[in-house]
Amino acid sequence: MTKTFRTVARAVAVAGVLSLALTACSGDSDDSSNPSTPGATGGASEGLSGSLTVWAWEPTLEKVVADFESANPDVDVDLVNAGTGNDQYTALQNAIAAGSGVPDVAQIEYYALPQFALGESLTDLRDLGASDLDGTFTPGPWGAVKQGDGIYGLPMDSGPMALFYNKEAFDKAGVAVPTTWDEYLEAARAIHQADPNAYIANDTGDAGFTTSMIWQAGGHPYTVDGTDVTIDFTDEGTTKFTELWQKLVDEDLLAPISSWSDEWYQGLGNGTIASLTIGAWMPANLESGVPDGAGKWQVAQMPQWEAGGAATAENGGSSLAVMKAAKDAELAYAFLEYANAGPGVQTRIDGGAFPATTAELGSDAFKNKEFAYFGGQKVNEVLAQSAADVVDGWQYLPFQVYANSIFNDTVGQAYVSSTTLVDGLAAWQEASIDYGSKQGFTVE
Amino acid sequence: MASVSAVPAAVADRTRRSRPSWSGWGFVGPFLLVFALVFLAPIAYSVYLSLFRKQLVGGNAFVGTENYRTVFTDQQFWTGFGHVVAFLLVQVPIMLGIALLVALALDSGRLYGRSFFRISIFLPYAVPAVVATLMWGFMYGTRFGLVGNLNRAFDISLPNPLSPDLVLASIGNIVTWEFVGYNMLIFYSALRVVPASLYEAAEIDGAGQWRVIRAIKLPAIRGALVIATIFSIIGSFQLFNEPSILANLAPNAIATYFTPNLYAYSLSFSGQQYNYSATVAIVMGVVTMVIAYAVQLRGMRKEA
Repeated sequence: MTKTFRTVARAVAVAGVLSLALTACSGDSDDSSNPSTPGATGGASEGLSGSLTVWAWEPTLEKVVADFESANPDVDVDLVNAGTGNDQYTALQNAIAAGSGVPDVAQIEYYALPQFALGESLTDLRDLGASDLDGTFTPGPWGAVKQGDGIYGLPMDSGPMALFYNKEAFDKAGVAVPTTWDEYLEAARAIHQADPNAYIANDTGDAGFTTSMIWQAGGHPYTVDGTDVTIDFTDEGTTKFTELWQKLVDEDLLAPISSWSDEWYQGLGNGTIASLTIGAWMPANLESGVPDGAGKWQVAQMPQWEAGGAATAENGGSSLAVMKAAKDAELAYAFLEYANAGPGVQTRIDGGAFPATTAELGSDAFKNKEFAYFGGQKVNEVLAQSAADVVDGWQYLPFQVYANSIFNDTVGQAYVSSTTLVDGLAAWQEASIDYGSKQGFTVE
Repeated sequence: MASVSAVPAAVADRTRRSRPSWSGWGFVGPFLLVFALVFLAPIAYSVYLSLFRKQLVGGNAFVGTENYRTVFTDQQFWTGFGHVVAFLLVQVPIMLGIALLVALALDSGRLYGRSFFRISIFLPYAVPAVVATLMWGFMYGTRFGLVGNLNRAFDISLPNPLSPDLVLASIGNIVTWEFVGYNMLIFYSALRVVPASLYEAAEIDGAGQWRVIRAIKLPAIRGALVIATIFSIIGSFQLFNEPSILANLAPNAIATYFTPNLYAYSLSFSGQQYNYSATVAIVMGVVTMVIAYAVQLRGMRKEA
């Protein structure tokens, strides 16, 4: 019976560690009385006071928090990095289950939002003012934060995909930047042949990447209508992806390095990982995480399935949401509005983030900005074009966080054994259907 | 003492049964309260949880023993269970064997620098499991780790310790490294209390070292052996830290249901299936108890 006790003890321990993390990361609140720059939307309304805990890993938020605090001297914001993506969701689930240590505001990616909204862990923002924000954000992200009638977050960024590549690595191997996936395969072979330690990309099985690739190829594995869910990984779009990627896996053309690991950052810096097909939020991460790559990296449109095509997909992108357990929902919402629809947007753009607001995306100043890190390239031109080319009609599961957590149990096997991606996806589909049915969805 | 004074009291009270003496309860009360709160309540709550099922759609419902029936046909659970049983059958004998060997060597008195060996073999136990696993995880790395360095230095290609086929053995290696010192200490302390007169008698009878070990030392520490075995069984069944940390380095080799504990963790924290997770925990707890008890019975019977 020590077993059950252990489980409980672990939950308590986790909660304890979390609160430690909170205290460890708090402090150095910016007390400087710099003249504030209140924005047009009035995010810095008079008389805000109190304290907020924000869980987010988006690096540009640091500056936004500092600005928000100087605009509202009576507000103290603790910005905590509780992990990236799934790690943070696990921590967040733990805190919600434990009933303590829940932050006021959390960064939640679009794919994960339905699960938290459905679990009634988030505050509906309509009455706090979000219902007036129609038209402020691009349709994709704005649609993603709505669940049923409710609005459960404000879009922070969007992630239209592009091909980020290390120009030096491509030049060294003597290959041109691929515009189609066939050319990509050829380039992958050439790069690995020129240097056995170099790969065109890394992949150890990443659920977000795989679903985005299927999205671009025109696949619709998930169909969600209320609680009716259909999962089908055998459609044409999925097959296009698996045929290509299986070749890359079979020929060992993908670096066996997990994204966001130390090895990954090293590889991006030293050219052994030559490219990333990833969301438009990547520039800020490259600048902060891969300082060695300055001047080497460039951005191009995502390779196409048909020559001359223009189809892209969203990869990641996240919102800020107010937790149901927030102490002061109005203050939390004021921060959301400041960061995602107010002056914070420009601050974050300056830091390299990719916005979800229509005004900024359409402005010339945004598109013509030259990025020193990217050798002066007008990166946003490429990314804004990608945002316009995103294929319509994609849906995520209302339990995508769980589905993604078992991705490596199923599809991941294709990377380390003789299992094929097709078999892996079939196993993933089956496991997801099984889970969905147990959670009360009607799943086929 | 208590029973002696209680007897006349009971006689006196025989006519007034309605007033039992509460003073005894007063003494054990505080303990019982804490015991109930800290030990019994979590178990009771887990059992309570395991009888329900909470869904994302449809809310909470009483399902009786359905969760238990599901466990017995749950292939993922039994895969994880298979891993810990294999671990138990292979790693525990190796670990205890090494620990016994080292304890006997230290006890033989023929080892030069005995206290140095004793402390250095015990030292890994003082390293937290998380740190130990991270350390070994770096060494296992085929690109920047020790394995990678060996491969490059000797131009060989060692198998990847974090591949699906080898990862259980790699975890066994870590656990062995961590716990040999601990078990050695249990054996060694049991050996130290064997009276020296027995050895003298054996020497007079002309028994060699090997004979002394078999006839005196091993029987003398049988109790310690049984205890160490039971601890190891419980430890194996609770395997969690090592696979959980290595899973970050080898996500495709360590599934979310690699061990029953890891499975219970994923069920509750990624899957929000707290009820089923509680069921898995209870079943595993009962299984561990039964096996540990069986080993204890068997060990003690031999001793008698």
